[in-house]
Amino acid sequence: MAFLQVDHATKYFPNPSGEGSVCIFRDVTIKIEKGEFVTTIGHSGCGKSTLLNIIAGLETMTEGGVILNGREASGPGLDRMVVFQNFALMPWMTVFENIALAVRSAYPDWNREQVAAHVHKYIALVGLKGAENKRPTALSGGMKQRVGLARAFSIEPKVLLLDEPFAQIDALTRGVIQEELIQMWNTSRNTVFMVTHDVDEAILLSDRIMLMTNGPEARIAEIVDVTVPRPRSRASIIEHPHYYRIRNHIIHFLVRHAKHEPDSDAVAAEVSVSAVPVEVNFEKESPRAQLTAL
Amino acid sequence: MPSGTNSNPWLISGFLLVVFLLGWHFFTMRPTFDPRGMTEEQLQLMEFNGDIIRTTDGGYTWNPEKEKVKGVPGPLAVLEKARTELAEAFEKKGTNDHGIAYLVGYTVSRFAAGFIAASIVAIMLGILLGLNKVLFRAVNPYIQILKPISPLAWMPLLLYTVKDPKWTAVLVVFMAALWPTLATTAFGVNSLRKDYLHVAAILQLSWIKRLFKVILPGAAPTIVNGLRISFGSALVAVVPAEMLLGELGVGYLSWIEWNNLDIAGVIFAILVVGLVGVILDSGFNKLAGLVTYQE
Repeated sequence: MAFLQVDHATKYFPNPSGEGSVCIFRDVTIKIEKGEFVTTIGHSGCGKSTLLNIIAGLETMTEGGVILNGREASGPGLDRMVVFQNFALMPWMTVFENIALAVRSAYPDWNREQVAAHVHKYIALVGLKGAENKRPTALSGGMKQRVGLARAFSIEPKVLLLDEPFAQIDALTRGVIQEELIQMWNTSRNTVFMVTHDVDEAILLSDRIMLMTNGPEARIAEIVDVTVPRPRSRASIIEHPHYYRIRNHIIHFLVRHAKHEPDSDAVAAEVSVSAVPVEVNFEKESPRAQLTAL
Repeated sequence: MPSGTNSNPWLISGFLLVVFLLGWHFFTMRPTFDPRGMTEEQLQLMEFNGDIIRTTDGGYTWNPEKEKVKGVPGPLAVLEKARTELAEAFEKKGTNDHGIAYLVGYTVSRFAAGFIAASIVAIMLGILLGLNKVLFRAVNPYIQILKPISPLAWMPLLLYTVKDPKWTAVLVVFMAALWPTLATTAFGVNSLRKDYLHVAAILQLSWIKRLFKVILPGAAPTIVNGLRISFGSALVAVVPAEMLLGELGVGYLSWIEWNNLDIAGVIFAILVVGLVGVILDSGFNKLAGLVTYQE
């Protein structure tokens, strides 16, 4: 059994037009090993953020279950911390207070000095020394998400859930924070589940990338192994021969699934009927992967 | 120099005040008594009626006591009234004749008691309704019916039930201050960003921490807006409540001066009401500044 497992998850939403309900995704199974960094990419509305919220326990699923470390995880908890797309920092608290709120919750028997020392350690880690007493309004988007990351890492969760964490940050800052995230993850080695739109971000950060088809009734169609060795940086990663093959493969997948009707492409047809995700690994060089990478 | 933005607003304020006071003075001024063309009998009759009085040098002048109820008193008369009232501000001459400082104190404490009690009840109920959509939808029609009722309309019923004018006045303020805070608190809590509640849920905060660290501070700016509306409507209600109930206070002062036919006293009382409002309001704004945040 994997460390984190989403087991046959199915989600229905009530139909906005009235009667009945819409199936967002059906029978999604995800297996993530301890210390693995797994990303899901898909078009807007495919339910990938819903999937993340279900793992976090913030939303319920219609059928299925989440198993973490051999136990069913229901409802939100400190073992599954989310980094939110719009930061979700309390605007009435300072940077220090925002992180301290989390640290105090995770370590309730720590005294004031222990909490403060821990908070300062993580503030230093994201390079926000000197901004401890600022409120989120006084920070740029990049700095806000650094606080969000510090808050998430500070409680040392079993699973870190990143919900399009850099979508609201300008492109130049995004690259810098992505590399900071790599550094933090290298030392902590949390299990991470990330949701994103950004293909380059996914390749830079992930061990495996799950490609989701469009909703309704979305599924995970393919799982791409990122066969670029770590440590990675934005500059070095593009030199690797597999980088553009992986990138093109994912973009082809996304373009193909942007259309509402599957085209006559043989691979697409095969993918759309297969219930089990196709595993794509460019080191193993399966003929199907070669075909789609072109 | 270009006019407008660069000019000092205080200069304009001062200028407007001077214009107003001068205008008030000249429109309410009456010519001094002129005995020419009047017979001795006419003068004696006027003196007998109390319209005029004899001065030390043998001439006649308008009786200042009778002047008080003739026309609208000018600014000088009001100033004179204010001077005498302030001179005996801390005196108690009888059960119903307390100095102006006492009257202000009574009104402020009555107002504060009603407003604070109403705010506490309204915020607690508002949070409850804001967190529970079903309950909110169930209770909302009643709030909508009760909200527009003038707080003074409750007075006879309150007087009949509590049988004490002192507490009736406080309850009128309470009724005036309750609804705006209740409605806006429910709205503020209900429209709190879900992300904050999600963070609270993930961090497994206890309900007390959730309330005081997340919900209340998050909804604070909206709650303060509701309190401000409540504050205004409570301030409007406290004056007529005092008048109708005969409870000592600045509203009562205005009414008692009317009963005394002392129009300068009425104007003085109006100014005191305004001043008390400004002082309470600035105190409230200081308090509000402490709890609001920028998104």
